[in-house]
Amino acid sequence: MTTILEMRDITKTFPGVKALSNVNLSVEEGEIHAVVGENGAGKSTLMKVLSGVYPSGTYDGQIIFQGQECQFKGIHDSEHKGIVIIHQELALVPMLSIAENIFLGNERARYGVIDWDANEARTAALLKKVGLKEDPKTLITNIGVGKQQLVEIAKALSKDVKLLILDEPTASLSEKDSQALLDLLLEFKRQGMTSILISHKLNEINRVADKVTVIRDGRTIETLAKKDISEDRIITSMVGRSLDDRYPPREPDIGEVVFEVKNWSVYHPLHAERQVIKGIDIHVRKGEVVGIAGLMGAGRTEFAMSLFGRSYGRRITGEVLMMGKPVDVSTVSKAVQHGIAYVTEDRKTYGLNLIDHIKHNITLANLGGVSRHSVIDDMRELAVANDYRKKTNIRASSVYQMTGNLSGGNQQKVVLSKWLFADPEVLILDEPTRGIDVGAKYEIYTIIARLASEGKAIVVISSEMPELLGITDRIYVMNEGRMVGEMPAADASQEKIMRAIVRGEGKAA
Amino acid sequence: MSTETAPAPQGNAAEDQRPRIAVSALTTNLREYGLIIALIVIMLFFQFTTSGTLFKPVNLSNLVQQNSFIIVMALGMLLVIVSGYIDLSVGSVAGFIGALAANMMVIWQLGPLSNPLVVSIVCLIAGGLIGAAQGYWIAYHRIPSFIVTLAGMLIFRGICQALLGGGSSVGPLPDGFKALSSGFIPDVIGPLTLIPPTVNAAGKTILGSGLTLHMTTVVLGLIAVLAYAYFGVRTRRKRERHGYEAEPFTLFVIKTLVASALALFLVYEFASYRGLPVVLLVMGVLISLFVFVTKRMTIGRRIYAMGGNAKAAQLSGINTERLTLMVFINMGVLSALGGLIIAARLGQAVPAAGLGSELDVIAAVFIGGASAMGGVGQVIGAVVGGFIMGVMNNGMSIMGVNVDWQQVVKGLVLLGAVIFDVYNKNKA
Repeated sequence: MTTILEMRDITKTFPGVKALSNVNLSVEEGEIHAVVGENGAGKSTLMKVLSGVYPSGTYDGQIIFQGQECQFKGIHDSEHKGIVIIHQELALVPMLSIAENIFLGNERARYGVIDWDANEARTAALLKKVGLKEDPKTLITNIGVGKQQLVEIAKALSKDVKLLILDEPTASLSEKDSQALLDLLLEFKRQGMTSILISHKLNEINRVADKVTVIRDGRTIETLAKKDISEDRIITSMVGRSLDDRYPPREPDIGEVVFEVKNWSVYHPLHAERQVIKGIDIHVRKGEVVGIAGLMGAGRTEFAMSLFGRSYGRRITGEVLMMGKPVDVSTVSKAVQHGIAYVTEDRKTYGLNLIDHIKHNITLANLGGVSRHSVIDDMRELAVANDYRKKTNIRASSVYQMTGNLSGGNQQKVVLSKWLFADPEVLILDEPTRGIDVGAKYEIYTIIARLASEGKAIVVISSEMPELLGITDRIYVMNEGRMVGEMPAADASQEKIMRAIVRGEGKAA
Repeated sequence: MSTETAPAPQGNAAEDQRPRIAVSALTTNLREYGLIIALIVIMLFFQFTTSGTLFKPVNLSNLVQQNSFIIVMALGMLLVIVSGYIDLSVGSVAGFIGALAANMMVIWQLGPLSNPLVVSIVCLIAGGLIGAAQGYWIAYHRIPSFIVTLAGMLIFRGICQALLGGGSSVGPLPDGFKALSSGFIPDVIGPLTLIPPTVNAAGKTILGSGLTLHMTTVVLGLIAVLAYAYFGVRTRRKRERHGYEAEPFTLFVIKTLVASALALFLVYEFASYRGLPVVLLVMGVLISLFVFVTKRMTIGRRIYAMGGNAKAAQLSGINTERLTLMVFINMGVLSALGGLIIAARLGQAVPAAGLGSELDVIAAVFIGGASAMGGVGQVIGAVVGGFIMGVMNNGMSIMGVNVDWQQVVKGLVLLGAVIFDVYNKNKA
């Protein structure tokens, strides 16, 4: 095997921060090379150096690709060499078709006139390669995230790619779509393509990677060969300490039923005849952590948001009971008054005001708690913000730091703080650890455990089954708008959950 | 001026490695200070190029009276823009309200209802209703504000012209009404003559000679300055009592002294002419109110949150629809007040009243540092932005700069201010 890429002693400094110091990365032709590290460790910076986002001259060190030293001035240069990066945030234009997106900026054209037949024929061939059964004319906005990811890959293939870099490709994919994507990577490998995979999901790395390079605090820690790869080993070198247990220990102290939902039904906001939630019953006890498992598109987020002030859907029917009494949750503020809080899965879009600082974000859902006669008490607000900053361990220079400048884990802690300050009885957490690193995940789990021990009722929606198995007391399984299973976490396993989903699927069809 | 300086907790042994925030507060407020400094520089520039005319008491009074309507409307526009919307109709609404007021007072025989005070109240309510009508479509039907208010701009300009019977004007308006714009507060204390005016050979006093102070203005000015200093000290004390470090004491003293000196200079200027213009008093009260609402009240906080991320605000229990409606009602009322001020200054309603002023108002808000994306902007910024536009209008007019070129200069200043902002933001 030959070395296709060699990055030597890469050092990149930003004003005041050394993002990378003497990082080395060596990738063999035809392998899948995983790069792992906590958020902020420098993975993305390294990839930006490689792809020319940071042009040559703004960093120190050498990049040798296919035996040649390269000095990329921009993405164009690196793509020309066959290095293509697919970013975590997809860069597709929603109102254009698949074919238009794939050939955007690279259209088959003569004298500026696009040959649509050629584009679409080529697109169809590419889609077949990535296993996507869609018409090239379909608009991006009409296909799901999983399929969009495949379109991105097809787009990369259209550029005659030699080295494919995927930055957290499965972060927003369901288990099923993730599996399909990983299979596709393995298929590419068989065809001789080299890929670099940046991921937080260690089980995926375990499955597909030939080598793993661990980066911590802007330094290369080690590169592990296939036979040495194990989750524990990776975690240890990622965080620089051994996390004996990935989930904090907890002694459940479960009381009476606090929160109950009966026969909840919701219709799609746009397609009036489509029923998204089909008569769901759940209950949560005091001090209990309940999980909701399911695949992407099972309707879990839709269910939670429709409960929370009818923030999703139409023609909502059913009953919500707090402490056995029916309550009105028809608006968000009523739901909050009755002690319900919903922590969104998408903190940037639905959770935070990114252009305001931590203090203002924390008090937003409970301004009454820091004001008198609608006049905000500055000092009390500051005290509250500092208090929650300490409680949830938000790492920031002060509570006056913009939330947009925080890392994912710290942003999540701000959103959590906001809802903790609203002092709810029931806390619904939607994908609380999505896209955050191992260390921050542990902190979030600790907060969840502490809240449960304080007697809150907690619902955790998660696509990561090990997480549900690790932190919950009881697990509901949801599929296609129905609850298809319920089991104590002690008896549950990934296989059992999957079986419930598959059985449920059979029933629904 | 902003008193929101970021204090840092003291004596918090475990956590106290963070940088001294008081210093960074200076840089975060740099934009605001920079703007005020820019205004002062521009004023000094024109003071020089107009050979001292700009700061003449009579000219300062004129300047305030000419530009007050822009600043009044800019207060409403700030909230609209911070919320993430725009309102293009304010100039037309102001024109329409002026025409309505003139008709009520001069043409239609309404008996006691023609009283200027009654007319003004009716007009403010009418403005609120117009704002509600536009805000309703924007808030509850999600029609883009640009389109709704563009329609409003056409509609109300049309009604304004129709009310005035085509191209004619309606007037003269009663003196009681005109006092809103051209009046001065009465001197209840009585004037104080420091230097008696020169009397010429014919036994007549020479206008503008001598020095007589309008004592009510002086007293009001002193009260305002003392109140400013008192509240500044009180906020500091409160911060210290709660164990938070306020900004450095010297900085605080310098800031307070400079602001007070400027204020006293203006007080002296007005007092040596005819006293405080009524419209300046109205403006001052409104500015203080809006600073308080945006900085200290929950509704202000909610507006910023809505403009910063409407979906997150909604999911935090904020009724964004109602809030949007209220922002537009407020804009309508202030547009109406702007219309009344214009009509009172001209002494009549004309079809072109307020024409194009929406652009000056929007420019003032953007020069003042508001973001077109919403969520960012300060009341003081918008006010200073309004004054920058006003001083440039006034100064260039005195200098005899052609009106066409005045527009070019204003356009360049707007572009420059926003580029400066974006550049600063990217650097940070």
